[in-house]
Amino acid sequence: MSAFGSTYAVVAKDIRSEWRTRYAVNSLLMFVVTAVSIILFALRSVDPNPELLSGMLWVVIFFTAMSGMSRVFVSEEERGTTLTLQLVATPTVIYFGKLLFNSVLILFLSFIITAMYMIFFSGFTIQSPGVYVISVVLGSLGFASASTIIAAIIAKTRSRGTLYAVLLFPLLIIPLMVGMSSTIKALEGSTLSEALSDFQVLASYLMVMVAGSYLLFDYVWKE
Amino acid sequence: MKFVKYSSIVLVTFVIIAGIAIPTVRAPQGLFEFPTIPGLGQKSRNIFFHVPVAWTTVVAFLVSMYYGFRYVRTKNMEYDIKSVSSAGLGFLFCFLATVTGAIWAKFNWGDYWNWDPRETSIFILLLIYGAYFALRSALENEEVRARLSAVYSMVAGLTVPFFIFVMPRMMAGLHPGAKGDVEGKGPVLELKMSSNMLVVFLVALVAFNLLYVWLLDLRVRAGKLEYEQSREQSR
Repeated sequence: MSAFGSTYAVVAKDIRSEWRTRYAVNSLLMFVVTAVSIILFALRSVDPNPELLSGMLWVVIFFTAMSGMSRVFVSEEERGTTLTLQLVATPTVIYFGKLLFNSVLILFLSFIITAMYMIFFSGFTIQSPGVYVISVVLGSLGFASASTIIAAIIAKTRSRGTLYAVLLFPLLIIPLMVGMSSTIKALEGSTLSEALSDFQVLASYLMVMVAGSYLLFDYVWKE
Repeated sequence: MKFVKYSSIVLVTFVIIAGIAIPTVRAPQGLFEFPTIPGLGQKSRNIFFHVPVAWTTVVAFLVSMYYGFRYVRTKNMEYDIKSVSSAGLGFLFCFLATVTGAIWAKFNWGDYWNWDPRETSIFILLLIYGAYFALRSALENEEVRARLSAVYSMVAGLTVPFFIFVMPRMMAGLHPGAKGDVEGKGPVLELKMSSNMLVVFLVALVAFNLLYVWLLDLRVRAGKLEYEQSREQSR
């Protein structure tokens, strides 16, 4: 099979096994509902401005990424399928397959979170949809890129849950801060060219992370 | 290493004495008086300690990354010992840079912490070091521990250019050289100091780096001995 075919096979396998149990998606959706309702309780008596709303949006996306993205490798480790996977596919194929799965997952969840914010917060009006879509997509993909390599590292340790957040947080600061700033611009109705510098940072972060993880993944994956 | 040891002791002593004792006056005469910096006054002395320590933090991080890279290429345990020793020293210097910076910020800008871009960066670097050691303590197998922590330090190193070059230019900040600073890139990068201050400052840079090299050598030697001892015990 070609590399693209094998990558597709890894993604298809993950999606199929996820579809059978719906474990990750269900728990993450419940997590999103819980987090958004807590924010609704906290902000019920104030009229939030775009800055606050954009910060709260990214807080939810951020913690969703932290709680759900480690499963791609941890589940292989728990089911004892890591060795089989090492035998049937090259590290590059595995890495890009898992990265694609995580990207699909976080894009889906960002879409849900955005829909919930638009329904429940009257102040959350997206003035420039183009800027909003680009910033959330690029920011979420940046999250997915850093989360995937850290998930691969974390799958080999004992205390996975807590350590994942500890290792991931410093790496996600850049897309988090830049994503917040460009989302504020989207809510305030800036043009694409005004948010261009933010997009450049997000895109370069994504490229650097994917290229670096691609080069380093061999050392994590091979025993 | 004897040379490094004695010269670092002598130079750090010189920097401490000269940096604290030389008086700051309005019209400096010769080498024994510093000029007054507007807005800083006596507080400008901290530049001899805060800036070199912060610089050494970054050097230690890069050295740790470099030996991590050498380790994953060669699987030679010696490189892992060097990498972790350098990271430990980097943590120490990072802590010192944070503390000296926080004190300076309190007396110049009013608060110990202002979330200026450079303060954010040093905080993230502290977190990265913390995460690095947390990861190491969670792994028992020596080989796995060395390999994964080396990979983590390299992945974390990928974000460092964003903190150093991108963030300070995007956010307004309080440090010299931040976005919209009328003075340009700041006194350190443009070397806008009087000549005697510049001498003390450059000596301080060299002195703290030599101190780092000497401490790194000590830690690496101790680490190697510990490693050999643990191997003999397990035999």
